[in-house]
Amino acid sequence: MKMEADLKVGIKEKANKMLGYHPQDAKLSKSYIAVAFIALLVGGFLGLLQGLNRAGLLELPTWFNYYQVLTAHGLLLILVLTAFFTIGYFYATLSHNLGGLLPKVRKLAWVGFFVKLVGFVLAVIPILMNEASVMYTFYPPMAAHPVFYIGLALIVVGVWLCCIGAFIQVANWRKNHKGQHVPILSYFATGVFVLLFFALMFVAVEVLFMILPWVFGWVDGINVMVARTLFWAFGHTLVNIWYLTAVSAWYVVVPKVIGGKRWSDLLTRVVIIALVIMNITGGFHHQIIDPAINEIVKFMHVFMSLAIGFPSLMTAFALFAVFERTARRKGGKGLIGWWKKMPWGDVRFLAPFIAMVAFIPAGAGGIAQTTNQLDQVVHNTMWIVGHFHLTLGMSVVMTFFGISYWLVPFISNRVLTPQINKLGVIQTWIWTVGMICMSGSMHYVGLLGSPRRTSYSTYGDHATALGWDPYLTLLAVGGTLLIIGVILQVYAVFNMMFFAPKGETEFPIAEEEENATKTPYWTERWGLWIVLMIIVVAMAYVIPLTDMIVNAPPGSPPFKTW
Amino acid sequence: MKMHLDEKIWLTISFGIIMGFMIITGYQAFAQGMSPPSGMETIDPQKVDQTAPFDNPGVKEIGDNKYEVVMTLQAFGFTPNNIEVPAGAEVTFIMTSKDVVHGFEVAGTNLNAMVMPGHIQKITQTFDKPGSYLVICNEYCGAGHQVMSTTITVK
Repeated sequence: MKMEADLKVGIKEKANKMLGYHPQDAKLSKSYIAVAFIALLVGGFLGLLQGLNRAGLLELPTWFNYYQVLTAHGLLLILVLTAFFTIGYFYATLSHNLGGLLPKVRKLAWVGFFVKLVGFVLAVIPILMNEASVMYTFYPPMAAHPVFYIGLALIVVGVWLCCIGAFIQVANWRKNHKGQHVPILSYFATGVFVLLFFALMFVAVEVLFMILPWVFGWVDGINVMVARTLFWAFGHTLVNIWYLTAVSAWYVVVPKVIGGKRWSDLLTRVVIIALVIMNITGGFHHQIIDPAINEIVKFMHVFMSLAIGFPSLMTAFALFAVFERTARRKGGKGLIGWWKKMPWGDVRFLAPFIAMVAFIPAGAGGIAQTTNQLDQVVHNTMWIVGHFHLTLGMSVVMTFFGISYWLVPFISNRVLTPQINKLGVIQTWIWTVGMICMSGSMHYVGLLGSPRRTSYSTYGDHATALGWDPYLTLLAVGGTLLIIGVILQVYAVFNMMFFAPKGETEFPIAEEEENATKTPYWTERWGLWIVLMIIVVAMAYVIPLTDMIVNAPPGSPPFKTW
Repeated sequence: MKMHLDEKIWLTISFGIIMGFMIITGYQAFAQGMSPPSGMETIDPQKVDQTAPFDNPGVKEIGDNKYEVVMTLQAFGFTPNNIEVPAGAEVTFIMTSKDVVHGFEVAGTNLNAMVMPGHIQKITQTFDKPGSYLVICNEYCGAGHQVMSTTITVK
């Protein structure tokens, strides 16, 4: 009996080793993913409240007003959902690819987990008390309760700990595997953690050295332009961190799911390097109509931002080429006929596929917004909200959903059942229709001038504002569909985590083509990429920041206008 | 690096699109004077009322159907408000904020600018079509942000 049991355990361990499954690491990732999807559930409901308010259908009570709801919605979905998912996913990747997490790395990630949770609770309390209705951008001189900023600082520290953990893990692997390439998905993880590490420095300087001394009353005034510029150096990079996370699954996981091979390993790594080097400077396009930045700097930044588009256009080609090649290999014929050979009924393919398609209009909208004059038309209108619900809400989050249908079973030692797969397919279509309605109407009503971050208002029944109403109603219809999608998705995740049948699930990583050329070793020179990144950041930021500091007006005192 | 011909063509087109955007943006900004509002002058944000020209906000005719509007933004209103100008007027808005960050947007036009405390922002527009234009604050500025609006009437 005992022998049999031992044998069983032995077989299981062997199978786990083959699959790259490490129970302690899985528990870590499971905790991160669980928090991410709880954030989705709560944040999603808050989003619904906003949508109904914007359509004039729901008046929010004074003790939980529109701007409190909006601040919490942004914090939950932009910080908690994305950060916890990204870390959970990439720590599972590092564990799988690199032979399990080192004990100290695992410990760092756990400490980071709790530091982030404490930080999040500290940030939320003042929001609920209406002491921090400042949005997730918290532009000074609006000043929230100091506890809000302390909470944010702790979230930053928590993410940093995870970055450092990832660096230790990768460095250790490289030391023991001299001359080898870091496996591709871990290479993506390295890029993401490098970007996170450096991007967070900007917001850390803003919060620790500018805002906290000012809200505590140690200094009288704050330089509003410097604070805002530091925020966007972080803010836009964060956007591209989510995007790079989603792209990792497009390049590496989706080809495996459809039974194909990866696109050129070298080109994939070049895309990652390009995104890491060029990313941070993209933040300036959030400030195209700001004062205190001259026209020449603004023009230079059009280039800095558009440059990020190039690796994305490389990605677009690579992915559709993989689809066509795979489908033709399976007997697909004709100019469009090969489409029939794609696994449309498999949620692990369908969700990220729609996410990719959504990135075509989303990326085009991004390019439009980056150019000076076009930005001026849509800046701070609902168009922008539509844009990031298309990019984050569709391209990124739908990819995360698609990942969840194999990642959650993998880390839970369970399997994806046909029923949950079917539920996922239905969820994907509901989400798609909901996002098209919501994001589409947001884009259009934004072109007509409807502002973002504004509770329902007819502006004294002005004809222009009344003309926005039909689109805002369509927005609410989309938002209602999306909450159904949220509920289905969260149900699927927790079902797979705790109730699905036990069994082994593969971590899907596609192979290279058989005749692939060998990737040169220079792609591993992270030190060089980081130096290049710092040079690009310096080129972009030194002149305008110096100008803002040297020619600064007297600082602004704190204001509480809510 | 092995690259297919299709991919080379695609990437050449991609690069061309990006350069096209650059050229058009640059041409519009520097040859046609359409660069985005980028006021470089500063002001003490706590002494706006005592500092010229904001000690005397209002609409001034400065030339043949040319107007200048000196405007302060404050939670939750614009001073002056309910502005009237004749059709075809070229209006330059000179603005600053007395408290937090505000946005100045006139729906249906290209007027859109961030107005920050401590900085003076300028933007110009010619109003050809008569009608009532809705002016709104498009940067969240507090509990009454949704009522921060006024109108420009073009006769």
